[in-house]
Amino acid sequence: MNSGGLAAAADAVREADLLAARMQMALSLGWHIILACLGVGMPAITLIAEWRGHVTGDPRYRLLARRWARAMGVLFAVGAVSGTILSFEMGLLWPGLMSTYGQVIGLPFALEGVAFFIEAIFLGIYLYAWDRLPPIPHLLAGVPIVLAGVASAFFVVTANAWMQQPTGFSVENGRVVAVDPWAAMFNPATPPQTVHMILAAFMVAGFAMASVYAVAMLRGRRDRYHRTGFLLPFAVAAAITPVQIGVGDWAAHFVADNQPVKLAAMEGVFETGRGVPLHLGGIAVDGQLRWALEIPNGLSLLAHWDPDAEIVGLNETPPADRPPVNVVHWAFQIMVAMGLALLALAVWAAVSWWRHREMPRSAWFLRASALSGLAAVLALEAGWVVTEVGRQPWIVYGVLRTRDAVNPAPGLVWGFVLVSVIYVALTVASVYVLRLLARGRPVPAAPQESDVTGYPVT
Amino acid sequence: MAELMLAVIWLGLTAYVLFGGADFGAGVWDLIAGNEERGRAQRGLVEHSIGPVWEANHVWLIFVIVLTWTGFPGVFAAVASTLYIPLTLVALGIIARGAAFAFRKVSEELWQRRLFGATFAFSSLVTPFFLGTVAGALASGRVPPGIARGDLVTSWLNPTSLVAGALAVGVTAYLAAVYLTRDAQRGGETALAETFRGRALAAGAVTGVLSALGLVVLRADAPALFRELTSGRALPLVALSVVAGVVSLVLLWRRAYLAVRVTAALAVIGLLWGWGVGWYPWLLPGVSVRDGAATPAVLTVTLWAMAGGAVLLLPSLWWLYTTFQRAHPADGSDSSTPV
Repeated sequence: MNSGGLAAAADAVREADLLAARMQMALSLGWHIILACLGVGMPAITLIAEWRGHVTGDPRYRLLARRWARAMGVLFAVGAVSGTILSFEMGLLWPGLMSTYGQVIGLPFALEGVAFFIEAIFLGIYLYAWDRLPPIPHLLAGVPIVLAGVASAFFVVTANAWMQQPTGFSVENGRVVAVDPWAAMFNPATPPQTVHMILAAFMVAGFAMASVYAVAMLRGRRDRYHRTGFLLPFAVAAAITPVQIGVGDWAAHFVADNQPVKLAAMEGVFETGRGVPLHLGGIAVDGQLRWALEIPNGLSLLAHWDPDAEIVGLNETPPADRPPVNVVHWAFQIMVAMGLALLALAVWAAVSWWRHREMPRSAWFLRASALSGLAAVLALEAGWVVTEVGRQPWIVYGVLRTRDAVNPAPGLVWGFVLVSVIYVALTVASVYVLRLLARGRPVPAAPQESDVTGYPVT
Repeated sequence: MAELMLAVIWLGLTAYVLFGGADFGAGVWDLIAGNEERGRAQRGLVEHSIGPVWEANHVWLIFVIVLTWTGFPGVFAAVASTLYIPLTLVALGIIARGAAFAFRKVSEELWQRRLFGATFAFSSLVTPFFLGTVAGALASGRVPPGIARGDLVTSWLNPTSLVAGALAVGVTAYLAAVYLTRDAQRGGETALAETFRGRALAAGAVTGVLSALGLVVLRADAPALFRELTSGRALPLVALSVVAGVVSLVLLWRRAYLAVRVTAALAVIGLLWGWGVGWYPWLLPGVSVRDGAATPAVLTVTLWAMAGGAVLLLPSLWWLYTTFQRAHPADGSDSSTPV
């Protein structure tokens, strides 16, 4: 099924340019994915605060909502433009993918366009009309942002899921002759991947927001305002964490059944066998995983609920068709470790709440929570590396190779250098401005009504 | 179906130029507004006018890109791979502009506002220029079908592209000045309205001259398109553009700021659709609309999805624009007024 017409062009592809294209895509996507998660998760958490503030009249919630909305405005703007770059790069870097399969994955992107449009429109209203609309209509104007944000994430991830499990088209002589766009969109990988991603977005947003307030509390600002700012996003993220672990297990089972090569790379399994152990750590050297801690029959049990189940090893696949084992294996380990650590943190908080109706008093809890945002982002990036690098050398799994899809134009390396410089500057500026927002305008210990309405959102 | 898809893409492009383009133009005026002291009022108006709407306006571009790769995948790949250099610069310009605009709004110190403001304004100038060179590359038939088959440099560094780039900057600046004049007038800032009226007149005149120059260049560089524009099917649209352009200048002179919004937009629409109609049925040299189109199932489903989306989008957009185009409640507590 490999499209023959492109094979000739691919010979001319220089390795450095292919690597540069992959790194550029990884950089811009890996950057955008954090912003996208905040864009999906933050509006919901902000709306909860605004709603609590409206119902209780408590100025703490109302001020939190305004501050979060202000940060959201900046993050959304940066996310909007960093997302646009990706749609450019689909063509600039991967014309071989788009010329043949652009139409197959076009529908979810068109729908994502609609969803994103709705997000942008209502965000404009929500932010800029804060003091012009009465409270209830203003709250309602925020609801489409949340729905459209989740819908955007869903649509985009269906396209990625299609790259893992391509369905809904037929090819003759390298040309796509028939397409069922709905079948492509609702491919088998869509359910586990989209759910996993959307939950991840809420976890990243919740833990990241909570981290900010955990840091403030560690610095001695333990008043009710900061405690509320910590507890609300933390509660959202902590409640989702156990669900996410379950969904992650579902996604892993899906990979075990449908992308056995990826599973073998994730777990560093080189030889097919039964009763395969679970490997913790280890480095792949010369077709062997060394120095790993083995849990007997662990992998067979986890992947197929049967301690003697067969696991297909990398030896069944020609070396040229294997993904890089160390990258995928370690990324997977990091994701799982971070997920379990966050689960432990959530359980700690839940036990304390259940026993004392209070968050844990230990400074260690705050220290761990201060890192939880970072941990969630790390898990997000690692999980994304597993998905994308684990798919290599294919850009469309089993159908089109990444090297056959890349732009054969020379000089992609320079594009990558230029893009990297811009992204470094963008990162520095974003972090700087966010810190400015977090510190700016000191909040009184007991915010008064007038402090709240005087706080500008935009 | 393929024609309908093309028309929808062209509508999206028109909306992007009319709305998103004006946001770029506002950045151009921001660039030449003068030092901190003198430029404050102008920059304030720019920030105030485009703040709530630029992100929504920006989405039109995403539609154009996505619908192009869905409806005409081979054309998209050919354009993106051959015009890799200017499109990368456009992408970077977009990211620099959007991020810097958002950053400037929340910064308070002078040096920060200067740094972000300069980035915002400079990228507002170069982004439409490079988009214009892309249009010029297409109009002069320098993007052949196939992946990266065209010349990577001369495809967009040529007379047509350069004129088109300059024209794109002129059009965005002109539209922005026209819109800002009315925004200033509605805000009761007569002096500011006068400033932008002068700029709109100047930019309108320059854009008119650039358009004429563009025709001369096309005659030498892309004779087929030139014939269509001056004597073929596209002539009525070109005539519309010219008439609307002249009427706009008269209306500006007479300070009919609301009416001139319509005629200025019509002038630009005439230009865009004139190009589109003059070009039809070719997308790339040797590739007609039919040749380049996706399979019928894709076109049908995507167009229906767009129709469904429009049902949600149009009322929402209407609400957005009416919310911020209404006169302000004069209570003085409007937090979106920049300091």
